[in-house]
Amino acid sequence: MNNKTIIEIKNLHKNYQVGEETVKALRGVDLTISKGEFVAIMGTSGSGKSTLLNILGCLDLPSSGDYFLDGGNVKSLNRNQLATIRNQKLGFVFQSYNLLPRTSALENVELPLLYNPLVSNTERREKAEQALIAVGLKDRMKHLSNQMSGGQQQRVAIARSMVNDPVVIFADEATGNLDTRTSFEIMALFQQLNNNGMTVCFVTHEPDIAEFTKRNVVFRDGLIIKDERISNRQNAITALAQLKDETYAFGN
Amino acid sequence: MKLINLFKIATAAIIRNKMRSFLTMLGIVIGVAAVIAMLAIGQGSNASIRSTISSMGTNLISVKPESQNRGGVHQGQSTSQKLKVSDVDYLKSKSLLINAISPEVDGSGQVIYGANNWPTQIYSGNEEYSFIKKYEVETGRIYTSAEIKKAAKVCLVGQTVIENVFAEGEDPIGKSIRFNNIPFKVIGTLKEKGNNTFGQDQDDMILAPYTTVMKRINRQTYLRAIVISAKSEDQIVATSAEITKLLRTAHKLKESADDDFEIRTQEELISNFGSISEMMLVLLGSIAGISLIVGGIGIMNIMYVSVTERTREIGLRMAIGGKGKDILRQFLLEATLLSVFGGIIGIVLGITASNIVEDALGWPVLITTNSILLSFLFCTFIGVFFGWYPARKAAKMEPIEALRHE
Repeated sequence: MNNKTIIEIKNLHKNYQVGEETVKALRGVDLTISKGEFVAIMGTSGSGKSTLLNILGCLDLPSSGDYFLDGGNVKSLNRNQLATIRNQKLGFVFQSYNLLPRTSALENVELPLLYNPLVSNTERREKAEQALIAVGLKDRMKHLSNQMSGGQQQRVAIARSMVNDPVVIFADEATGNLDTRTSFEIMALFQQLNNNGMTVCFVTHEPDIAEFTKRNVVFRDGLIIKDERISNRQNAITALAQLKDETYAFGN
Repeated sequence: MKLINLFKIATAAIIRNKMRSFLTMLGIVIGVAAVIAMLAIGQGSNASIRSTISSMGTNLISVKPESQNRGGVHQGQSTSQKLKVSDVDYLKSKSLLINAISPEVDGSGQVIYGANNWPTQIYSGNEEYSFIKKYEVETGRIYTSAEIKKAAKVCLVGQTVIENVFAEGEDPIGKSIRFNNIPFKVIGTLKEKGNNTFGQDQDDMILAPYTTVMKRINRQTYLRAIVISAKSEDQIVATSAEITKLLRTAHKLKESADDDFEIRTQEELISNFGSISEMMLVLLGSIAGISLIVGGIGIMNIMYVSVTERTREIGLRMAIGGKGKDILRQFLLEATLLSVFGGIIGIVLGITASNIVEDALGWPVLITTNSILLSFLFCTFIGVFFGWYPARKAAKMEPIEALRHE
């Protein structure tokens, strides 16, 4: 596997000013993520995992420390430059899908490419169709977002996150609104994407979801307290099959 | 972001909220329609006033005696004896700018023909009178210089008089009618002119040589007025000035004395009426303009609601690479499109309403390209103006906070 470093953060700090009090959300974090990794960032609420994801996702800037994304230092970029980085190098999947309402799956997936002036109309349409095929929604391209189930909506969101060929996909509690079965299906999709070489960075607080990843990074009070490779990684498809057996057993 | 994509996004957002978009547009639709209709009615009445006044002759200058002031009591113009036939001759011989000149004498009385009678007005002048006042002969002929000289009892009759004293289909020419018991031979009929600006029937009249009216009907030596035709409209001012100068000489007025006559031109009349109808136009226009502004505020209101409601969408767009200016343009274009669509519908509605007013009420309307262009530009401006603030609010959002918005 290619071990090219995609994300490298050094001694990262993030402080928030809440009234007169300074909240130290991140207190010197070092983390390196290489191409092809599937990382779960875990921790309780307030541990700093969301803050880290915002910074990794170029939605926020650190108070101090360095962040190298795909070789470039993000620290000195302005709002517009950050927007361009997000548009061309990153993909996002959110807990609540964040699809445009009453808009077709295809148009939702096309959205990131609309903001890239280098992509032509035909290219945009082709890439969006390919992404939807990849997430298994070939037959639902014209369906409106509000006519879809939660799992389908999250698939559309995943297709949207990968349509611009990002270097890394960030998922923020991407299974948080889904039932177990659908969560496993979504994890199976992420595993499949990861097997095809996509780097995925997955924020969750559910340990059983984290078991499907290759590496778990645990946060507490703004610091990494655990960073370990998963030796016995769960296969989501197998887990899904077991889930069916259990349901069957309950049925009896 | 490419403009065409921006356009697609904005149109999609408008279509996604059909009902709300329609209601938002309604304010602009009504505003623009009101502006178009109000301007059409205002300009229509203005134009119709102008055309009736110029049908009386645009080059017309009339000189009337200054109203008399005897012991503090104004006597009115008709009692003044300041204008005489000699003034006409003097002006005719000295003036360089006059195209045609005629004395004017009038009187009122009863026309009698057979068993019918009708109260009417008699107007009179010389052989140039009908040219100056734009009376046209329908059948027969105008009186000659010889007839004027001998104060011949001949006349031309207007259409209203014909209708009232002659039997239907009867040819008035050659018939003898009596006006205040003086017999007149009808030598011609006058073309129909219709009502003038003041609603006065311009066909209810008899036209005769001024000598005849002065000697045989009024038994007076002074004139009611002198009517003059300038060579062209541009020369009206110069001609008026020349007449003033000549008449002052003729009347031997001292330097310090006021004019004992009054010069009126059609221009004055037009500008008097023009200023009234322009006032109406401004009044109607500003009421309509206010409704347009209210429509604009409606757009601003809805755009504000829309920006707040779509905070997460804005956050998402920013997260996937939308820059502040992309978001600004999207919402600005949405507001502008709303008002432009509204404007187009309003223009169509305004033109329709104007035509209905014209057909149903018979009011003259005039739809000018200018008024359409004006209201269209105005509503585009309103869209940009009132869309700017909400769009700016959207563009300034922080993506993280926008995404977290519930």
